[in-house]
Amino acid sequence: MPAGEIRVAIKSDQDIVAARQRGRALAIELSFSSGDATLIATAISELARNMLSYARKGEIVLKRIQGSSRVGILVIASDDGPGIPDIRQALRDGFSTSGSLGLGLPGVRRLMDEFEITSQPGRGTIVKVKKWKQ
Amino acid sequence: MEVPILKQGAVLIATFQAALSDADLNHLRMGLVQQVVKFRSRAVIVDVTAMDVMDSFASRTLREIAHMIRLRGAETVIVGIQPEVAFAMVQLGLTLEGVATALDLEEGLAYLNEKFKTTN
Repeated sequence: MPAGEIRVAIKSDQDIVAARQRGRALAIELSFSSGDATLIATAISELARNMLSYARKGEIVLKRIQGSSRVGILVIASDDGPGIPDIRQALRDGFSTSGSLGLGLPGVRRLMDEFEITSQPGRGTIVKVKKWKQ
Repeated sequence: MEVPILKQGAVLIATFQAALSDADLNHLRMGLVQQVVKFRSRAVIVDVTAMDVMDSFASRTLREIAHMIRLRGAETVIVGIQPEVAFAMVQLGLTLEGVATALDLEEGLAYLNEKFKTTN
């Protein structure tokens, strides 16, 4: 898989399943442990679901990344939905505005090694998460 | 995707597949409760051995299924949560509070037998 990337459009709940299956397949291909592959697939599922419930649609991009001495997976979840007005609040456990469990973002942060979020109200949200192979 | 539901005496056994969508889970939630009514079942075992991801939606749906079935006067036991899935659930902060769980189908049946014995 040389510098390739996998793009999955998220428009329905079926796409959530497709995205997490692609993520798991990529993790296994890069010889992640099956435990880590599960964490990655679960994080993708949560990100895709957030996207569906807040922005109605978006895209998940999966990429192999090379660190100085290790391989990793980068997941980018981007949408052009309403954005998050208060990111700090959204990252707090228990916070939700869509009546969901409100565990989405802090939970995803715990599942992965690196977490980055940018959001502009009215423009959309981009979440980038990375997991490095142990 | 259809979830096979097997009737074994007073117990219904629903076996989840790996790739269940939200719509499948919602469908199953109604289907299971209806079957409990139809067969006058006393318990439901939900076997999630094949599920490779249990995210917030899936675990909330499982909890709702268990609570609905309890309102019908029957028991629910979730069996077969894989260790990796359990680890991911804990990291996500997901709990199945108030829902009985067991290692596998065999343990789930044993749990129910014990429970029915003491209530009879």
